[in-house]
Amino acid sequence: MERMERFIDNLPPMNLMRSEKMTLVQLIIPVESAHRAVSYLGELGLLQFRDLNAEKSPFQRTFVNQVKRCGEMSRKLRFFKDQISKAGLLSSVLPVVEPDVELEELEIQLAEHEHELIEMNSNSEKLRQTYNELLEFKMVLQKAGGFLVSSNNHAVAEERELSENVYSNDDYVETSSLLEQEMRPADQSGLRFISGIICKSKALRFERMLFRATRGNMLFYQSSAGEEIMDPVSAEMVEKTVFVVFFSGEQARTKILKICEAFGANCYPVPEDISKQRQITREVLSRLSELETTLDAGMRHRNKALTSIGYHLQQWMSMVRREKAVYDTLNMLNFDVTKKCLVGEGWCPIFAKAQIQEALQRATFDSNSQVGIIFHVMDAVESPPTYFRTNHFTNAYQEIVDAYGVARYQEANPAVYTVITFPFLFAVMFGDWGHGICLLLGALVLIARESRLNTQKLGSFMEMLFGGRYVLLLMSLFSVYCGLIYNEFFSVPFHIFGGSAYKCRDATCSDAHSAGLIKFRDPYPFGVDPSWRGSRSELPFLNSLKMKMSILLGVAQMNLGILLSYFNARFFHNSLDVRYQFVPQMIFLNSLFGYLSLLIIIKWCTGSQADLYHVMIYMFLSPTDDLGDNELFWGQRPLQIVLLLLALVAVPWMLFPKPFILKKLHSEVAPMACLAPLSLILM
Amino acid sequence: MYGFESMTFNIHGGYLEAIVRGHRAGLLTAADYNNLCQCETLDDIKMHLSATEYGPYLQNEPSPLHTTTIVEKCTLKLVDEYKYMLCQATEPLSTFLEYITYGHMIDNVVLIVTGTLHERDVHELLEKCHPLGMFDSIATLAVAQNMRELYRLVLVDTPLAPYFSECITSEDLDDMNIEIMRNTLYKAYLEDFYKFCQKLGGATAEIMSDLLAFEADRRAVNITINSIGTELTRDDRRKLYSNFGLLYPYGHEELAVCEDIDQVRAVMEKYPPYQSIFSKLSYGESQMLDKAFYEEEVKRLCLAFEQQFHYGVFFAYMRLREQEIRNLMWISECVAQNQKSRVHDSVVFIF
Repeated sequence: MERMERFIDNLPPMNLMRSEKMTLVQLIIPVESAHRAVSYLGELGLLQFRDLNAEKSPFQRTFVNQVKRCGEMSRKLRFFKDQISKAGLLSSVLPVVEPDVELEELEIQLAEHEHELIEMNSNSEKLRQTYNELLEFKMVLQKAGGFLVSSNNHAVAEERELSENVYSNDDYVETSSLLEQEMRPADQSGLRFISGIICKSKALRFERMLFRATRGNMLFYQSSAGEEIMDPVSAEMVEKTVFVVFFSGEQARTKILKICEAFGANCYPVPEDISKQRQITREVLSRLSELETTLDAGMRHRNKALTSIGYHLQQWMSMVRREKAVYDTLNMLNFDVTKKCLVGEGWCPIFAKAQIQEALQRATFDSNSQVGIIFHVMDAVESPPTYFRTNHFTNAYQEIVDAYGVARYQEANPAVYTVITFPFLFAVMFGDWGHGICLLLGALVLIARESRLNTQKLGSFMEMLFGGRYVLLLMSLFSVYCGLIYNEFFSVPFHIFGGSAYKCRDATCSDAHSAGLIKFRDPYPFGVDPSWRGSRSELPFLNSLKMKMSILLGVAQMNLGILLSYFNARFFHNSLDVRYQFVPQMIFLNSLFGYLSLLIIIKWCTGSQADLYHVMIYMFLSPTDDLGDNELFWGQRPLQIVLLLLALVAVPWMLFPKPFILKKLHSEVAPMACLAPLSLILM
Repeated sequence: MYGFESMTFNIHGGYLEAIVRGHRAGLLTAADYNNLCQCETLDDIKMHLSATEYGPYLQNEPSPLHTTTIVEKCTLKLVDEYKYMLCQATEPLSTFLEYITYGHMIDNVVLIVTGTLHERDVHELLEKCHPLGMFDSIATLAVAQNMRELYRLVLVDTPLAPYFSECITSEDLDDMNIEIMRNTLYKAYLEDFYKFCQKLGGATAEIMSDLLAFEADRRAVNITINSIGTELTRDDRRKLYSNFGLLYPYGHEELAVCEDIDQVRAVMEKYPPYQSIFSKLSYGESQMLDKAFYEEEVKRLCLAFEQQFHYGVFFAYMRLREQEIRNLMWISECVAQNQKSRVHDSVVFIF
């Protein structure tokens, strides 16, 4: 036991696995260099400021005006971006590298640009509206004029025909269609019409409403306008329908006009006289073409302005975002009594102190400050934050682990093991070297293009793949390895490592699937013998192999997790966790699943036919019964009874003492004092 | 069905219940209100709200803000959430959700009709309508001259049509008639909603009947108080009360004959749940009654969230959010008009 202790004490320290040692530091920054210092620290990214104004609401803080200005600027930038994408221009991919402009300057610039854009927009909107009106008028003239002409002609022709046939066909008037009857008096009596244009989606409801309002005393013609018209508000193309309503009476007219207004239908008068119609059409067309050129010119001007904004947009956006972050951080600092310095507190890893100091000196120098920035370590009461140093390779693994929970300060970090165990366990399940190679190629492509993809904005799915490229790499490598062991290439076995150890009983191979094969030489050197493929016992054989291997791997993984919890408890000098958590957990796990693993190994070594399901189930149901054929080794029954009792004892041991002891400690110590850290680590 | 909702509720309603509970968690808290009440300008309010769920809706508003913009954007958020839930809902939840909006629909109809009566511009009126109560042909309401036309032209297509059957008269529209129409419609709506909830059964019926009964009683009291001193006869007044609720039927008999606020108070104090509301008011005072009712309502709505597997949470959430928007409107108005001392007059804290 003592030797064990000594052995454990002499193990190398688990520096790699523990989060960085942190220290609380205080910064006293002269006001003139504060902005620069914070922005340099932000670029360094190794200091976490504590919010010293937590009790103040956001608008009571010192730099609230600057934050507001940044918010306003980013709103303008969003507006530009929106306009650019609406205009269908691509913002330039290559950001123009220019020295950062001053914030004030940028603010003025942005305000100018916004003003200019809004003015151009309102101008072009006005033009666009006139243009739309003219366009609609043109359509109405064409279509509605068509209706009128055809109905007029019809009526005239009808009349002539009627007068000719008046004797031969007396009841023609009754049989002629309702439409023609209605149309005829159009020339003489008070039948009037309104023509206009309406959104296609509203046309049906419009017609129904007209019908109801006039109690059916109206005629409604409609025809698709043919062209699409741009909606000035949403800048989308809308389909419209030209309509003509015939009605009689002044009251109906006001009603219909009101309905038109309610539905947003634009009414345009169409003269009944054809020559007048032609004249108006000509006028409208000429004005349309004029407007079109003006609109085009305006559009070109606007596009040019937008493109020139687009060049800088990316840079401006990141700059504004940076400024906002700087001021948000500055808001976390306190003024000292003299109002000449800002006092900040924060956490930094110990190794980064030199870097931070260097950055602070640079800031002092660059802002020509007379007074340097004071940087000193403070004593911390609270527990420091967890910080793991990661690189390209380990970052993804750390993120996977963090998704389950972030380790406490200086707690063992399972991400170190995860680098291997996660891809390996994946490969145990995936296990196919054909698929593995595909995955490998994908991962290699991602890694080869790393530098280029890094700067690009990827979709959410690609981003996930790219972030986990090294995970993919290891997963694919392990998949190839496991696939070779399982001997599966796209689920087909190959004779890579020599010939099979089995052969048919005779030359015809007729009984290969009934009587089976015979073994004629040494076992297949690596992995599963390809002859298992397609044999009757393939499934039982492979299942038993994979299942048992999975159990062994799983038990090993769980043991590793519990062992880590032991090292954690030792590190924090927490004997309670060792005694009432680690030991019973270990006993429970190993007396049941550890025992199963032992049985599996013995069965593999001895080639026994014992049914392990049976052994495990009856270990609980009737532990005292004779094992019979399933006995794997001498003394198995008493061992099982002992293990079962151990497991039974371990459960209350694990569950009950710890909370009670903690409660006792808690009530003994002053109520406000810090508790012994509660930890339950199952990795 | 009662007692077995927990087995089947989540098949169709589980996702949306989770969504609505998530939304509820986004309601402003007392701390938020405290901060909001300290704001000096509307920009401060915007800044504070940008840290809440309203953030994305307000972030693109240029700086000189108006109260109306804030309210509009906050309402937009509620409408978006509502539309999302309605899209995801299956029967009977979708019908239930639609029922929630009918109240706004009635208000909008009344708003437009009154507006046209006073010759306001229709588009101006449309902007004032609550977006939850919009329907396709709402703008056409302006065409109608009397109730019959109103029904025949426009409302026959809307879900409000059945409620209208009770108040079709050929009388011309005037302010009094419109107000009676509003209350008749509301009565029919509440009764229909109540019946629908009873049909759903289970916890929904239990909780919703409580909430709707409160709503009906509140309306009864409001109708009584508002009609004191008008030419509305007792019988007419009696007809406007909904036929359910705690006050039905004996309370209604007594309310119908009330002549002043103290008599109303005497009637209401006989009912234990309302005793606390009226005991807070001094005699002869009716201004604070609204706030007291709102406070009581909010309390009841919050309680709806205590139980699971029922539709009451959707109703409660919508109502709470509306109350929150009313609060925001009041706070912004007070801030905009420099009346910060009055901020607490009308704000109903939700938690």
